[in-house]
Amino acid sequence: MQLDKNSNLKLLLSTATCSLFGNGAQAEEDNNWKIDTALMYYGETDRVTAVEGIIAGTKEFSDEHFLNLKVTIDSLTGASPNGAIAQPEVQTFTRPSGDGSYVVKSGETPLDDTFKDTRLQVNAQWSQPLGRSYLSSAGLHASKEYDYLSLGANASLSRYFNQKNTTVSLGVAYSNDTIEPEGGIPVPFTEVDWQQGAIEHTDDDFEDEEEDNNRASNKPTLGADDTKDTLDLLLGLSQVINRRMIMQFNYSYSQVDGYMTDPFKVISVVNSNGESQRQLYEQRPDSRTKESVYWQTKYHFDRTVLDFSYRYMWDDWEIKSHTFDVRYYIPFYDGYLEPHVRYYMQEAADFYRTFLLDNESTPEFASADYRVGEMDGLTLGIKYGVPLKDGKEFSFRLEFFQQTPTNPGFEEIGVLQDVELFERVEAVIAQVSYSF
Amino acid sequence: MNRTFKLSIIAISITLASGCSSLGVQPWERDLLAKRQMAITSSPIDAALDDHIYFSKEASSGGRSFAGGGCGCN
Repeated sequence: MQLDKNSNLKLLLSTATCSLFGNGAQAEEDNNWKIDTALMYYGETDRVTAVEGIIAGTKEFSDEHFLNLKVTIDSLTGASPNGAIAQPEVQTFTRPSGDGSYVVKSGETPLDDTFKDTRLQVNAQWSQPLGRSYLSSAGLHASKEYDYLSLGANASLSRYFNQKNTTVSLGVAYSNDTIEPEGGIPVPFTEVDWQQGAIEHTDDDFEDEEEDNNRASNKPTLGADDTKDTLDLLLGLSQVINRRMIMQFNYSYSQVDGYMTDPFKVISVVNSNGESQRQLYEQRPDSRTKESVYWQTKYHFDRTVLDFSYRYMWDDWEIKSHTFDVRYYIPFYDGYLEPHVRYYMQEAADFYRTFLLDNESTPEFASADYRVGEMDGLTLGIKYGVPLKDGKEFSFRLEFFQQTPTNPGFEEIGVLQDVELFERVEAVIAQVSYSF
Repeated sequence: MNRTFKLSIIAISITLASGCSSLGVQPWERDLLAKRQMAITSSPIDAALDDHIYFSKEASSGGRSFAGGGCGCN
């Protein structure tokens, strides 16, 4: 059964890649497309599920002139936190699009269960040497999902020094993204359910039903779509230390301008007893400057290889994060095992608020999205790879990912003491890869 | 605190960079370094999938490469 599945998968992947990269049979003989494929499942407990497939092909046209083409397809379904806080009572929410409503049980983190998206991404990258000491690369990407389009380009130049033991690189990337959310771009801090009471139907109130149906078209918006521009710069240094060790240092600078608010996220307004009064659309700043430093080192022991990396990121939203990542390559029978540990910690953005208080004035920016809040993340995983003949390889990966949001210092008033405001997120990642 | 951190990072980088000329190996000593598992990104597909997961679940991105496109929200 397992074998059947695998051979079916092979056939499927071969068929898919052959149609993508031209005549497959001929490609095998005349050319040397190196194809990497992967299918990944990502599933959160009670929340989002994603399935993502990648097919990437690399071909060397002439000496060191490479073309890399990559197609990514992913599909997401499931429930996503809407930003509102848990309450001891049942809560009813109008969908952010303004179309329909849903009910959340008492004490539970409010999740919008209508999340569904399919994304197609294509990347093309060309790289070639320029003279003996330089390597250049340029690429394009396009990514399209139902309500989102991202178009981008990148270019980089590397120079070798010291018998190619030292490489200095400079990269630049630009992308333009357009979001066109269902129901339009909401007006920040307006009430999601601005027709108060419309949900509580009474038998003699037929007109309310009609109003309910018209709600989507009545929602105040700032237009149908909005855009953002991202400019990334990357300065890199890689250095061979000795026969067993190599290091990489990167400095990245990223400037994002435009719409970064999540049009589907809300923030709860509570009274002095912590009882939710209403939900407002969130609002984030329209510019962000991010910087990061990254250090990676690889060390070859007698048989095993240790891969360690650390990234420190900071931005003008006052988010700071530390990421530690360790992979350890261990030869195992005819293949290898690779345990993986990743630890992440992040401080909250200055506009992160778990909730707003009824009697305070509305801030300039606020988001209750836990992803811009304070949290820790832990990933534990293992990969098993089996190299086959002619450079082919099968590999499997299984990882457990856990996010633990924490309170950055908000007082849990009244009824909020009785509910879990910072719920842990747990996910499983499973991946199968085949290269040929 | 933050400024000190940044300055020390820069200082360490400069020190390491200036020491680079005396580091490295001869071309015939590259046997281990030439192995695939010693490549800086030994599995680009895994890296792309991981970057996409963490890009959509955390407020940080980038570092080893560009953050990449697409929303990947929720």
